[in-house]
Amino acid sequence: MKIHEYQAKAILAKFGVPVPRGEVVFKKDEARAVAQRLGTPVVVVKAQIHAGGRGKAGGVKLARSADEAASLAEKIIGMNLVTPQTGTEGRVVRRVLIEEGLDIKRELYLSILVDRASGLPVFMASAAGGMEIEEVAKDHPEAILREPIHPATGLQPYQARKLAFGLGLAPEVVSAAVPFFQSLYRAFMETDASLLEINPCVVTGDGKLVALDAKVNFDDNALYRHPEFKELRDLDEETPLEVEASKYKLNYIKLDGNVGCMVNGAGLAMATMDIIKLSGGSPANFLDVGGGASEEQVKNAFRILLSDPNVKGVFVNIFGGILRCDVLASGVVNAAKELKFKVPVVVRMEGTNVEQGKEILRSSGLNFTVANGMKDGAEKIVKLAGGAR
Amino acid sequence: MSVLVDKSARVVVQGLTGREGSFHAQQMLEYGTKVVSGVTPGKGGTKHLGVPVFNTVAEAVHETGANASVIFVPPPFAADAILEGVDAALPLVICITEGIATLDMVRVAAAMKDSKSRLIGPNCPGIISPGKCKIGIMPGSIHKQGYVGVVSRSGTLTYEAVDQLTRLGIGQSTCIGIGGDPIIGTTFLDAVKMFNGDPDTHAIVLIGEIGGNAEEVAADFIKKNVKKPVVGFIAGQTAPPGRRMGHAGAIISGGQGTAADKYKAMRAAGIHTVQSPADIGSTLAGLISKRDGKAKAKSKVKASPKRKKRKR
Repeated sequence: MKIHEYQAKAILAKFGVPVPRGEVVFKKDEARAVAQRLGTPVVVVKAQIHAGGRGKAGGVKLARSADEAASLAEKIIGMNLVTPQTGTEGRVVRRVLIEEGLDIKRELYLSILVDRASGLPVFMASAAGGMEIEEVAKDHPEAILREPIHPATGLQPYQARKLAFGLGLAPEVVSAAVPFFQSLYRAFMETDASLLEINPCVVTGDGKLVALDAKVNFDDNALYRHPEFKELRDLDEETPLEVEASKYKLNYIKLDGNVGCMVNGAGLAMATMDIIKLSGGSPANFLDVGGGASEEQVKNAFRILLSDPNVKGVFVNIFGGILRCDVLASGVVNAAKELKFKVPVVVRMEGTNVEQGKEILRSSGLNFTVANGMKDGAEKIVKLAGGAR
Repeated sequence: MSVLVDKSARVVVQGLTGREGSFHAQQMLEYGTKVVSGVTPGKGGTKHLGVPVFNTVAEAVHETGANASVIFVPPPFAADAILEGVDAALPLVICITEGIATLDMVRVAAAMKDSKSRLIGPNCPGIISPGKCKIGIMPGSIHKQGYVGVVSRSGTLTYEAVDQLTRLGIGQSTCIGIGGDPIIGTTFLDAVKMFNGDPDTHAIVLIGEIGGNAEEVAADFIKKNVKKPVVGFIAGQTAPPGRRMGHAGAIISGGQGTAADKYKAMRAAGIHTVQSPADIGSTLAGLISKRDGKAKAKSKVKASPKRKKRKR
């Protein structure tokens, strides 16, 4: 789960991480009031969207007066921001963060994530703050410091010092960095974050460390431990069809092709997308209906697939294990009757109760194309959906 | 032979009395797996599916001689269940549960660092040595006893590959579902090492997916150490970066973990890669018949008349 920068900063502040003073606003007049309250010579107006690269796209501006802050806020709110992370369609800005301007002497990069290979949280730091870490990693991998952390002991002071001295911080800044880094680690662990990134963390003219930007992603599998995070979700930042799918516990990701796919199992769902592409088509989505899908879920899955106007055909690829083919087939038939399919549907089924499943499709009197195997199914649906694009 | 499990496996089901546990324990019993006990705290002393239920894994192990466990408990309690199995000194703990919090698995992995127990999963279909033992949720009927080792991060995609093999008359020694999570107990590398050391595994199918670099690590080992033919497929060639494709571990992040990188590493290791998931079975069949053809030709010239014909 992703949250906005201002929400991430509010969480970090609770753990004792210094962040700039600021408030989020939805309207230009609120922006003026906040700038006046902050009272600093310079305030920063920052677009709040769930994507990085906002600065270069024109979503972050400096204002030298409350009036200027208001007019910048007016310009940015409603703007369609296109950054390398939003895709070409961009993202509409609905809220902006108004923050005090700081006297910045240095910019650092800090992040914590779980390293898959070692299975440990790793604290990463680089003196090249403000840059995309992927680029630093590509060109100067040695410039990134990494400190693995044992979950039983947590981030120890010596580890924080090692990082801080490694960043070339002055001794008095190092002593501020140790509790700063430890607070970040505590925030990461206690919120069940999957990523915590401060880019940049700045050293101010008077030698203070401040988290100038903040990105926190939560582990979806741990959200049950944090019911309070529910209200941080911003549905405007999500694709409407994906929001709809999540209501029915369907794992759906919208793509831009024309062949809808309904599959059980994530691996098979990805492989189905791949074989559609290899057959000359283009997948419209990833959809895993899961191991124990009910007829009702199958119907909802169809409704969601078909509400994407790009979909010119649907490929159902099911390998029955726990999910029985007869249950799937009844779900498909009921969905077809109720939703009155206008696009061709190719069904490929294998596994548990496959014969009963095929019989249900055959005796329904509806016009399904039954495929023998994945390849046959993919080729058939690509042809029916209007061929290669 | 086979790896990890055979007829000597005695299984304790953690979460036996739950819906999932009941259903799959029944399926395992029908397959012929020796399910000797179950664990559900508070239901000790009862019987379920004719199997004795205990309050703790330690008791179940002590009373019924279990040497492997399979976990069907819900995600919030699954990390605890793994550690209970490990604490009872079970050599093999298989966790089927999907949706365990990553930081729970961080703690489990750290606690298991010097443990003698082997964890399979979580978020996996389990293990099957066809004809001998099935510990997991895979449909037993699509498997056939034989000589191909299958290792995969996915469930249904593994069934797909196994089904292709079986239809071509090619049996499997053991199929291991290692799981789709970012932190798992047994990796591709571990599985490949086991298959390489098993005299009755003659070929390997490796089914990876986007995310992480476990496929690359295994490919490096294969390049240096494995002479058995290996067929490789990576799911997610068309997956967009930055999106989690169903499995918690299936994500391309920061340009890392792409299918293209994994294919490159596999090809460099001499693995026979397939772009289409429909070609897994036929590609392996081609390799085996080619090799057997060579072996036969060789044996005509060189082998002594006493030498036994290789069983296939």
